[in-house]
Formats: sequence, C-alpha cells, structure tokens
Amino acid sequence: MLKDKDRIFKNLYGLHSWRLKAARARGAWDGTKAMVERGHEAIIEEVKASGLRGRGGAGFPTGLKWSFMPTKSDGRPSYLVVNADESEPGTCKDRDIMRHDPQLLVEGAFLASFAMRAHVSYIYIRGEFIREREILQAAIDEAYDAKLIGKNNVNGWDFDLYLSHGAGAYICGEETALLESLEGKKGLPRLKPPFPANVGLYGAPTTVNNVETIAVVPDILRRGATWFASLGRPNNTGTKLFCLSGHVNTPCNVEEEMGIGLRELIDHYGGGVRGGWDNLLAVIPGGSSVPCIPASECLDLPMDFDSLKALKTGLGTAGVIVMDKSTDIIRAIARLSYFYKHESCGQCTPCREGTGWMWRVLERMAKGEADKGEIDMLLDVSYQVEGHTICALGDAAAWPVQGLIRHFRHVIEERIDARALEPIAPSVPVAAE
Amino acid sequence: MSVRRLAADQPEDFAFTPENLEWARAQIKKYPEGRQASAVLPILWRAQEQMGGWLPEPALRYVADLLGLAHIRLYEIATFYTMFNLAPVGRHYVQVCHTTPCWLRGADAIKDTCRRLIGAPGHVTSDGLFSWTEVECLGACVNAPAAQINKDYYEDLTPESLEDILEGLAAGRPVAPGPQVARQTSAPIGGPTTLTDPELYRNEEPDGSAEPPTPGAKRASRKNEERARR
Repeated sequence: MLKDKDRIFKNLYGLHSWRLKAARARGAWDGTKAMVERGHEAIIEEVKASGLRGRGGAGFPTGLKWSFMPTKSDGRPSYLVVNADESEPGTCKDRDIMRHDPQLLVEGAFLASFAMRAHVSYIYIRGEFIREREILQAAIDEAYDAKLIGKNNVNGWDFDLYLSHGAGAYICGEETALLESLEGKKGLPRLKPPFPANVGLYGAPTTVNNVETIAVVPDILRRGATWFASLGRPNNTGTKLFCLSGHVNTPCNVEEEMGIGLRELIDHYGGGVRGGWDNLLAVIPGGSSVPCIPASECLDLPMDFDSLKALKTGLGTAGVIVMDKSTDIIRAIARLSYFYKHESCGQCTPCREGTGWMWRVLERMAKGEADKGEIDMLLDVSYQVEGHTICALGDAAAWPVQGLIRHFRHVIEERIDARALEPIAPSVPVAAE
Repeated sequence: MSVRRLAADQPEDFAFTPENLEWARAQIKKYPEGRQASAVLPILWRAQEQMGGWLPEPALRYVADLLGLAHIRLYEIATFYTMFNLAPVGRHYVQVCHTTPCWLRGADAIKDTCRRLIGAPGHVTSDGLFSWTEVECLGACVNAPAAQINKDYYEDLTPESLEDILEGLAAGRPVAPGPQVARQTSAPIGGPTTLTDPELYRNEEPDGSAEPPTPGAKRASRKNEERARR
C-alpha cells in the first residue's frame, strides 16, 4: 500500500484548492529554478534513471523518448505537445489532474520543455472537458501572472504554454492525429516514419506526452529518481493513477504503486466486486483497448506493464473495468466494437470496414444468431485488422474481440446452441425482393 | 465513422459578435505566423456557442474566410468532429454516455428516461428546451453513468435523479452538476480512503477558492432520503 507521503497527486479529489497559492503550499513550483540550473541533459538523465514509462497507454520509456529530440536546432523550433485528449473508455485520470491539480501539469510542461529545449508547448484537451479547460486556462494564467512561465520568467527559461482543444474525436488521442488536429485539420493519423521527434507539429521536432506523464515529472526531479524507482517493481516503477469502474461497490480513482495486486486494488479501494469476489466474471485491466481477462487470472495479478503483457493483455491507461457475473460479456464487447466503429477515422480500409464488420457480427452473436464457424472467422478478421493500419486504432479494435474469443468462446457457443433450440416462428411468406 | 450532413434549413448569414471576433483573433495569436488554421476548432466551437448549440453552413464559410481557408476545409472539419452539431439542438442539450463502463452501470435506463421525457434522439421538444443524443465515452467512467448537459457533467445518475435535473432545468432552477449521489468527485462513496494525512496540507492556508465540497451531493442525498420515505 502506498503511503500518503509518497503520493504525487495530493489533491486528486478536489478537496483542496486548485489555485496556484494552494498548489505551491502542497509543493508545486518548489525549487524549479534549481532544477533548470542542472541543465537539459541532467533532467533527461534523471527521468531515464527514474524508469518512468509513458502513462498514456503504450508505456514507452519517457526519458528515452525525450532523448530523441535534437540537441541542436537546425533552424526549426522544438515543441512539446501534451496529450490531454483523454477518451479511452474506462479512463478518467487526466481529468482529475487538470481540474484539481493543474499546476503540476503546468510545471511539468515547463520542465519537460526545458529538457527538450522547447520554448513553446501546447496542451490539447478533449472538447468535452469544458469546465476542466476553464480551470486549466485559469491555472496557466496564474502561472503567467506569477512569472513562473512566459518570457523572462523567474525560472530562467523562456516558455509559452498554450491550451487548445478538440471537438469530439477519440482518434485525436493518437499522437500524429493529434498533431494534425492541432494544425487545424481532420484528425487522420500520419504514416510513421518520420516520427514526431523529427517531423512533428508544423514539420518541427515534437514530443507528445500524456498529461499524467508530464505531471509526475516535477516530483521525480524534486524527490529524486531513486525515490520514484524505489516504488513499484523493476522496469515498472513509480506510482500510477488507477480508475476503477464497472461492477465494484465504490468506483473511484486512486493513486497507487505500480504492481499493486488487482484484487487488492478492487477490494481495498473499489469496495470489492459487487456481490463478492466469487461473483467476478472478467476484468478489462487497462482501458477498452486491451483484451479482457477472466476472473481466474485476476487473483494474484500485479498491475504493471510487464505482468499484464505476459497475460496477453496490457496496463494501457490503467482504466480497470470490472464486470460481474450478471454481465452479458458478448454485449459488453460488442458495445466496445461499436465504439471503435464510430471512432475509426476511415483512412485505412481494414479498420474502416473491419470495425463495422466485427461489430455487426458481435451483435448477431450476442443474440445467438450466428454459426459456430463464424467465431473463427471473426478471430481471423480481427488478425487481418491488427497490424495492418496506419495507427493503433485497428489493433485497439481487434484486441477486445480477440480477448473475448480467447476466454469466452464457450459463452458464444452456448448462446448459439440455445438459440438453435428455440422454436422457430412459423414462417410468413415474403415476396422476393 | 459516422455519416453527418448539413441541415436542410439554413439561415442566410452568420457573423461573430464584436466580442467573439476579438476573442477569435486572440486565439489565432497563440500559433506561429501562417499557422492560423490551428485555431479552427476553438473558433468553430465559439461560433456554435453563439448559435445556441449548432453550426449553420454560413458559419462554416464565415470561419473559413476569417482564417483564410478554403470552404471545403471547414466542411471537412465540421463533419469529422462529432461535437459540432449540424442541426439545431435544444437549449439544454443532453449527451448520454453509452460506452461500456456507463452501460455496465445502467446507461440503458438513462437513455430510456431521455426517450420518455424528451423523445427520440435528435428530436427537439416543442418548447425548444431539450434534445438529447447518445455519445461515446465522456471520460467520467468512475462516476458512471454520466451525461453532459451543455458545459457540465452530471454523474452517478439514476433515472430519478436525471428526471429531477431535467425538471430543474425546465423550471429554471439552479441544478448542481457533478455526482448526483453523496460523493466528492472521483473519490469513493463514503469518503476518500487515501490522502487523509493532514501532514500533506500543513502549509496550505484556505484561500476560499476551493470548490465547496459537493453541493450537489447534499441535495441528491436529501432527495434520495425523500424517495426512500415515499
């Protein structure tokens, strides 16, 4: 169990003020100038040593990502873009950072930009978060007024931070789609390479980081990489915001150590599974894009990148969706398939056509109106989508379906059997069309 | 992808109010020279707000001209981003989240309530007050089921609490957004189990700007008690 003194987000629930004064009293902007004086490389090395991995889903080592940025400008500016387009079903952690502890994000953006020699940073927040946007903008304004950021600020690195927003498109959480959207276009992901560190926003070197990743950086630098690395498990260090949703007694957000047991997380913070642990059917451990796992795999499961990968699922954004035995698991996954169909940008054929196809088949399977052979066909189609698209939305649409078939094939088969036993309604002659 | 078309009935004209025009010019300044297109989403959103929740075709052309973009670029954007409404909506526009985490916790009943009280999705009530639609994940999953009404999220909904909210909005009464059960934002029901060490906050002086703890929660719990008595 993580101790309160080791938590980074001290105002996660908004019980205290989000204003600059209160945030500083909680430790924000403490010794920032001294960190800047340590130099660009020292900060990147410290973040590398902390073992911080990106909190947006993929878990890429943050320090390494930053080191891809050019150390000498070829005339183009460098940019940091903060991905606040939090839309992954099951995930609502960045929202709490932005509405309750926004100065951690502002300070983090300043420090990360300094490390990567960027003088300008953009935060791209999802359009639906209107109140969060208002608070975040007010927090940025407060930081400007206090000369913590801006030209000739007290911290000694000229830095402008701007807030922009989306307008309802999940795909803009994909980093290159986000850049397209930020440039004022439809959010269609770009082909990679070139990667954003070479050709990003306005064709300039850019790093895109998740809100939580950026917001934990000031604390890592203040308390030291050793402190952060001492939490969690090797290669999966630090603390993480978990979102517990679905069939738990007390759904909530909570900051815990990486590698905390799934059962401990659910029982201690989520108040247990509705109807008791034995009533657990399945868990989606990392936001809708990762495959679900059945209850039998949940007991002693450490919640971190590597442990979940070993189970062919993932930590993703740590949005834990719990489903009890009353859940129609086929319908739950079918609903996710509808989500991906709705959010596909339509650029790549396997995704544009495949997401809709998989959704329609799952809707039939939910009613048992399918042939058992179609289960393997569905699995096959999901593999045709996975890895054959420009961005990871195709993979994200395929994985939940693969998880369903991997663990709950018998449920689909039983439903098809049950449907076959139903009396056939007397046929009404219908004219051929 | 979803199929989205411009409405059949369109007004003649659109122009920003002087305040909005000034605001839009300030947005453009956030971006480097020649990159004014970057401001398109915020500016288009402001146009939608000025129109009372939807984007007529003349507004698309107006914003395109303001930013020096081809009109087709604005048609592309308005049909791609689903928060842009291409037909009029009610004064209180209810967007019910229906993705799996909300569905698991009763979003179907929330939708049924909307259907019963407002009508079919997209239908604007005859008094112009309400319309509703189903949306994908709002990002309030630990407070499911959730709905967004105009700028605010209403969370931990039940059919009864949603009905109260809609009644309140129709009567012009102040309605508290956020969780509709006794609960502080995303903390567990029953109070936070973490961040309870007062040592974390010893340097803080209350400056009065914190959100008052769950104004809606008290009201909602009172309502729940009333309901329980009935």
